[in-house]
Amino acid sequence: MIKIAQLSCGTEYSSVQYEIEKAARSVGAKVVYPDVSAADVELAVERFGFRPRSAQLKLMIARAVQLADGNYDADAVFITTCFRCAEAALVRNEVRRFIQENTNLPVVTYSFTERLKASQLLTRMEALVTIVTRKELLARERQSGLTVGLDSGSSTTKAVVMLNNKIIGKSWTPSHNVVESATQVLNEALAQAGYEYKDIEAIGTTGYGRFTLGQHFSDKCKLVQEELTVNSKGAVWLADRQRGEATIIDIGGMDNKAITVRDGIPDNFTMGGVCAGASGRFLEMTSKRLKIDVTELGALADKGNWRNAKMNSYCSVFGIQDLVTTLGDGKSFEDVAAAACHSVAEQVYEQQLQEIDVRHPIIQVGGTSLISGLVTQVGEVLGEKPIVPENSQFIGAVGGALLSSGFL
Amino acid sequence: MKVFIDPPNSLILFDLVERFGNEPLSTMAALQERVDNLEIDMPPMNVTLDDVVKGLKYAGIEVPSGVRGRLSIWGPMIEAADAAIVVEDAPFEFGCVGCERSELMVKYLIKRSGKPALKLKYPEDEDEGKVFVQKVKEFLEGLQ
Repeated sequence: MIKIAQLSCGTEYSSVQYEIEKAARSVGAKVVYPDVSAADVELAVERFGFRPRSAQLKLMIARAVQLADGNYDADAVFITTCFRCAEAALVRNEVRRFIQENTNLPVVTYSFTERLKASQLLTRMEALVTIVTRKELLARERQSGLTVGLDSGSSTTKAVVMLNNKIIGKSWTPSHNVVESATQVLNEALAQAGYEYKDIEAIGTTGYGRFTLGQHFSDKCKLVQEELTVNSKGAVWLADRQRGEATIIDIGGMDNKAITVRDGIPDNFTMGGVCAGASGRFLEMTSKRLKIDVTELGALADKGNWRNAKMNSYCSVFGIQDLVTTLGDGKSFEDVAAAACHSVAEQVYEQQLQEIDVRHPIIQVGGTSLISGLVTQVGEVLGEKPIVPENSQFIGAVGGALLSSGFL
Repeated sequence: MKVFIDPPNSLILFDLVERFGNEPLSTMAALQERVDNLEIDMPPMNVTLDDVVKGLKYAGIEVPSGVRGRLSIWGPMIEAADAAIVVEDAPFEFGCVGCERSELMVKYLIKRSGKPALKLKYPEDEDEGKVFVQKVKEFLEGLQ
């Protein structure tokens, strides 16, 4: 059984410990707590260099030191503290950095409230387990045979047909019924590729509807996997960055992912909560208000200057209020479009990219990477223009097709 | 040599470092820079909104803005410094960052940088004061 070491503060007094353990159990893992003697705590804190007032944070540091020294055996690390505790937020990030500098263990960090449910942690826990148990599969760099990837996302459903490391068919549609959407794009992609369903050797499914699709296409489905690892593989394959380091940014319709990879295998990731203000959904809402299609928003934004129409999408409701006020002030559509893109980029930077150490190059993927104005603004906020590979909106489907070929 | 002082606004530490021929990196200089050189009508009291955002390099969004604003001043100084002098348990008249969390983080950043750092206990009487100055002198001479 995969052992996930929990380094935490406050979980047992927030009524969330059960949910954490439930999430781990549901992906075949077990939460463990590195043993520490009382005498070790002060020594560990001294060595670590950050001396928090909270004793439980000191214990968290001591547990991290035990892992770093190889005194305790674990396969992955889950670092979690209470949301809005400043001291814990400081320690959490530095413990994450310490673990990464001193071990090869995959890490995920999370700040919780008392409302935490196991389902919110599921994708993260599943990704930790995947990285540990499927290292060989994740190291796969070439697709072989005739395989299909199906990505059932919150906004769109995508299908890609691949034959011997080449994309030969692809299609997408706005998500409605999970199975119907997937069947539609699968048929369209197969028609484009010139093949039939019976010819498919393997299917890989990912995204929110992955389990439903895995069951529906069970005769062909060889892989049902969360989107963090699948998207990473798709991104590095599309950008031809299978070796070395990179950061993958995927601003999705419902949540955002920032993943760091080494040789195509993720080792740290953050997944934003359900916050429409910092996701593609805010850009959809902006487009609607500007009465343009979202596909036109990027080009419009590139003609504008965000500084002329400041907007804050910290919350989508207030963001739209800002938008209405700004338009009421007579600002140009171009400036408003640029401000909306800048606001989303800023939110992603402020809320997510602090939880990982950004590595270069930066690869921006997902449907929103087709909005050129957003890519421009992400580049401006990060000080480096991201790479947007061709077919960047199909990362999940490409990753699914690539990884499922490993089962042939 | 550039020497970061902690507390970063200690006039006594500033004077000692300068007196022994080194460049102290202090809050005063950083804030003066902002007041004098920002081309805006109303200079900021201490930091600008941009500074607070830049502080995200040192602490995440969940960390209060006052901590991030402070770290946006001291973080780059610690990076630029060749060494640091840290005085522990000093009364606030000696110098004070005004925030316990920021202080913890400053000490941590110094430690993480791996740069030579002299840690001193605040002197309680004249004899301890003489030893204090002597230790600062020896540390700074050792850096040359």
